[in-house]
Amino acid sequence: MAPHDIRRPFKRAAISDQQKRRELSLLRQAQNRRDAQQQARCLASSILSLQSSAPESQPEQSDIEIETVPESEQESEAFSKDLDVRQASKLRGPEVRKWFARQLMLPEWMIDVPDRLAQDWYVFARPAGKRCFVVSSNGTTVSRQRNGSILHHFPSALPAGAKIRDGSGSGQSYCILDCIFHELDQTYYVIDMVCWNGYSLYDCTAEFRFYWLNSKLEESGACNAPSHYHKFRFSAVPVYNCDQSGLYAAYTGVVPYAKDGLLFYNKHALYQTGNTPLALVWKDENCSQYVIDTDGKGEIPSQQQVVLELQDDRKLVTSDDPPVLFGCLDRDIIEKSGLHTGNLLRFAIGDGGLSFADGKLEKADLIYLGKSNRARAFADSYSKVLFQFMVRHSPLKIDDLLASINSANDQEKTPSDIEMVG
Amino acid sequence: MFISAARNIMAMEVTQVLLNAQSIDGAVRKNAEDSLKQFQEQNLPVFLVSLSGELANEEKPVETRKLAGLVLKNALDAKEQHRKFELVQRWLSLDGNAKSQIKACLLKTLTSLVSDARSTASQVIAKVAGIELPHKQWPELIGSLLSNVHQLPAQAKQATLETLGYLCEEVSPDVIDQDQVNKILTAVVQGMSSSEGNTDVRLAATRALYNALGFAQANFSNDMERDYIMRVVCEATLSPEVRIRQAAFECLVSISSTYYEKLAPYIQDIFNITAKAVREDEEPVALQAIEFWSSICDEEIDILEEYGGDFTGDSDIPCFYFIKQALPALVPMLLETLLKQEEDQDQDEGAWNIAMAGGTCLGLVARTVGDDIVPLVVPFIEENISKQDWRQREGATYAFGSILEGPSPEKLIPLVNVALTFMLSALTKDPNSHVKDTTAWTLGRIFEFLHGSVVDSPIISQANCQQIITVLLQSMKDTPNVAEKACGALYFLAQGYEEMGPSSPLTPFFQEIVQSLLTVTHREDAGESRLRTAAYETLNEVVRCSTDETAPLVLQLVPVIMMELHNTLEGQKLSSDEREKQSELQGLLCGCLQVIIQKLGASEPTKYVFMQYADQIMGLFLRVFACRSATVHEEAMLAIGALAYATGADFAKYMPEFYRYLEMGLQNFEEYQVCAVTVGVVGDISRALEEKIVPYCDSIMTQLLKNLSSNQLHRSVKPPIFSCFGDIALAVGEYFEKYLMWAMSALQSAAELSTHIAGDDELVEYTNSLRNGILEAYSGIFQGFKNSPKTQLLIPYAPHILQFLDGIYMEKDMDDVVMKTAIGVLGDLADTLGSHAGSMIQQSVSSKDFLNECLSSEDLMIKESAEWAKLAISRAISV
Repeated sequence: MAPHDIRRPFKRAAISDQQKRRELSLLRQAQNRRDAQQQARCLASSILSLQSSAPESQPEQSDIEIETVPESEQESEAFSKDLDVRQASKLRGPEVRKWFARQLMLPEWMIDVPDRLAQDWYVFARPAGKRCFVVSSNGTTVSRQRNGSILHHFPSALPAGAKIRDGSGSGQSYCILDCIFHELDQTYYVIDMVCWNGYSLYDCTAEFRFYWLNSKLEESGACNAPSHYHKFRFSAVPVYNCDQSGLYAAYTGVVPYAKDGLLFYNKHALYQTGNTPLALVWKDENCSQYVIDTDGKGEIPSQQQVVLELQDDRKLVTSDDPPVLFGCLDRDIIEKSGLHTGNLLRFAIGDGGLSFADGKLEKADLIYLGKSNRARAFADSYSKVLFQFMVRHSPLKIDDLLASINSANDQEKTPSDIEMVG
Repeated sequence: MFISAARNIMAMEVTQVLLNAQSIDGAVRKNAEDSLKQFQEQNLPVFLVSLSGELANEEKPVETRKLAGLVLKNALDAKEQHRKFELVQRWLSLDGNAKSQIKACLLKTLTSLVSDARSTASQVIAKVAGIELPHKQWPELIGSLLSNVHQLPAQAKQATLETLGYLCEEVSPDVIDQDQVNKILTAVVQGMSSSEGNTDVRLAATRALYNALGFAQANFSNDMERDYIMRVVCEATLSPEVRIRQAAFECLVSISSTYYEKLAPYIQDIFNITAKAVREDEEPVALQAIEFWSSICDEEIDILEEYGGDFTGDSDIPCFYFIKQALPALVPMLLETLLKQEEDQDQDEGAWNIAMAGGTCLGLVARTVGDDIVPLVVPFIEENISKQDWRQREGATYAFGSILEGPSPEKLIPLVNVALTFMLSALTKDPNSHVKDTTAWTLGRIFEFLHGSVVDSPIISQANCQQIITVLLQSMKDTPNVAEKACGALYFLAQGYEEMGPSSPLTPFFQEIVQSLLTVTHREDAGESRLRTAAYETLNEVVRCSTDETAPLVLQLVPVIMMELHNTLEGQKLSSDEREKQSELQGLLCGCLQVIIQKLGASEPTKYVFMQYADQIMGLFLRVFACRSATVHEEAMLAIGALAYATGADFAKYMPEFYRYLEMGLQNFEEYQVCAVTVGVVGDISRALEEKIVPYCDSIMTQLLKNLSSNQLHRSVKPPIFSCFGDIALAVGEYFEKYLMWAMSALQSAAELSTHIAGDDELVEYTNSLRNGILEAYSGIFQGFKNSPKTQLLIPYAPHILQFLDGIYMEKDMDDVVMKTAIGVLGDLADTLGSHAGSMIQQSVSSKDFLNECLSSEDLMIKESAEWAKLAISRAISV
């Protein structure tokens, strides 16, 4: 057995340059592999979200004749299959307005108190302001209102929201937030998160989306005070479990913004575009300046006014899906005023009011006023009409909501299935 | 009948054939080798029995006995793993009768009067034992060896101890029970003790102990037995026989790492013994004595690095701070060695002497104790640095250079600020080349450890930067060894300016530096002291660390290096020596181009301009490949990977010509690094070409599957092959259907193997890399099939994949990389299969405990993957 060699490296770098090159190559390859995977994951998400969100409502509309479907919707569905969200955010002109108008989740008005409010719902005070989509992508951020018009075009600290040299921001990154812009403090209050950093959250439950929103928004620096690269502050709103204390906190709690009612979100509901009964809005004079609808001059009309859509068999319907029938318009009015199918018409509700049978609308005393404002995209929803009607006659009070939570506590065993709208 | 006839013939002829096999006449030798081979193939048992008979036969010439033993040994073991495995199986299935005869001959040979025969038999016995003991065969071996020790004459005793030593080297400790270990150690340590009168026996015993130390775990835990072993080892270091002293110190070195935590009671005595040896003993002994302290440093550095000095765990080894305690005596001892340089050691590549060992140890001590070493070394430097005798100047400089890693910058920077000017002046003016060599090396160490963004107060200012560069460029014209160190210093100077922002202080000198380095590569003597290599490596680093400001200059470098590469292709009819040199130079140039491509490819504007050269460069790479017939050039392959990444989909135009080399690289099992690099390039090309790789997929996938099933291919290449499946699947999407069944079955069996790990750290590391490869393949396949109508093809594989994820989670031994990839696969599976896999996912452990663990991970990459997985799962189960 020979002695063992104990020579150690002498005046040498511990690693050869070739080895270094090999390792750098492996690092680069691993990075490229990671990027490729990341891209696959993100692209998949965004395409998926569009395929499932845009055409979703189609089958349910099948009972409506094709002519009644607004032209815009057909178009938007056609192209949204091929476009991803970021490309949509770059669209110009009327297409984009049509596209965006359909992307927001619209709460119904609360006309009765859902079961299991305390268990299955969140509540938060809705900021008063302009509801909009905020899209960050390719180093810029755009906010668009419900009608698709651009509110601001600005740099932000959202992922991909500003042009800053930052190796981490891949080209695939983008965000879509559901916000309310509050004029007074120039802040975007984020009420929901639709896509974050390339990941689509359309198909995630509200519970998950709010969890994500709270952890990610803060992390991104978007909640920081405005700066050169971050023109507007973003802020999350305090969201509560809708138990007694949560509801009370949302109702009375001090928030930095003017409240416009309370929003109730079902924890298990996905982000569904258009009207949904799984998100509800409720208000009274204590938590909103705008409880009863005003007319064009900002005054409360003596009679409740509604906007309904005219269908080709003279039926007057709401914007709901399926639409709710409110009555038929006299043939001579149609002829006299030159009305067409699809027109949005304004009515007052006369002293006859609304009458119900078995919880369903039976008869409405409608007085024709004229065509609605051209800026209107949709007729009123059934829940809105009803809520306004109730506000004028027998409003749903905060005590009713609290009482409902209490009574639910008393009788836990009440069977209460939630209908999922997957 | 036939067998016995053959045996007779062989018995007569074997001696002659073996003699012929050592003939100086090539034809005779060839003939003899063929006969041996033929005989082995015709009748293996008889062949092996004849060889053992030859070895045992005292009447045969010593050369044929030795060769017979060697051939026998080679029939039992081989370097290549797969060959080794075959030989082991062959021996195990050999006729029992033949095996008994062979073993008897081997044991008999241990008592031979001829020492070469005994020694050869020792080694063969150990090989047989290495095969049989793990299979619980040859149980009587150790008993019969031990009985020899007590009965036989000295030479047999020596051979038996040697055999025990080889045996301990060959078999792993767990196959020998403690009772036998005790007996072996008793015999060995007794043989070592000073009462053993025979020097050869004592030497054999001491060397045997070296190998047996790994078996002595239990004995080292017993105070009395450990004291006894340590006493005997320490006594042996005082033996009058130098080989025994050396072997005894080797034992101490081995003990220092194996039983570090048991050393406290002996460390003072060992210090005295080693100090005496370092100062007075012959060099081979003194070197081992220094190595003892280097080895203690290794241990303490590891411990301190791993636990950050806080000893909290219960099974972990605490740091005993032996070095810190010995410091006041140890450092002066090491400093003395620095003055014992040999003339011209700086020009002798193979040199290793006491000054080099002492300086190396001093460097390790500095890393172990940090600041404490500085006041002990500074007086030595000050006293010697400007002495007349070059040894003192060199020793002082070497001491300074050695302590630059370890102590804090706060402690070192004041010294460096004083020394820098002196060093720069010595590098140009000192009359002694050895001093200049060490000075340049020390400057390199200064830049490596005390220059760059990690240090708060920079040692290099605008004022001295110019001077430093001037001196270094000047020194590049010095003797090759000095010039090489100057290149090294420049390497670290450039490295320190990496990521310094958009503007580098080297920018004004960039052109001059590059020009000087290129000039160095053309020096007549650039082949000495690896000077040319150092110059290219430095050029690479200068390019890597360059900023946008100098991008146009890097671009100008492209045609220059291309021309150099072109010139290597001009030579005709090269000798094998010239061919090797050509290949080495091509390697350096391809390496340089790789670095340049990666640099320029990283930003769009420079990539755009660089692309004008792409066709020509690819042409050169192809010609480099064509220089060889059977293998591909690894460096050219690496460079092509970088080129493919930069070129993107346009790389398709090179594929028809390049493909054969790609295939050749994948088939190169022998040089597995080349194979591994080529597999990586397949990944690059998949990402670059995407679906355009389809025409090549059939043969690439076939080759990769072949590689996976081969037991000749080094195992380290297999994990990247799996990752490569993922790359291809992601590139070609549902077209991967063709290979799905094969790929999935290969993945599945590898997954089963890699769920459980039983083995050492190295195996754990390998298994984790295998898991990572498998998981990357799954990720790529799932994402590749995403949104295709063929997604349902993956459903049958989902249960197994989830089971694999659960399995590795439960094992609790995955590393962070695997964790990140694994949780990503869970997300990909959910993402692609959606509701089809919803309930399956919900039933898996991975979707709950594992996911939660990852979500709360501090590793951002794991957390990010986990969030993605959570998202995908929540979609899959909510639909």
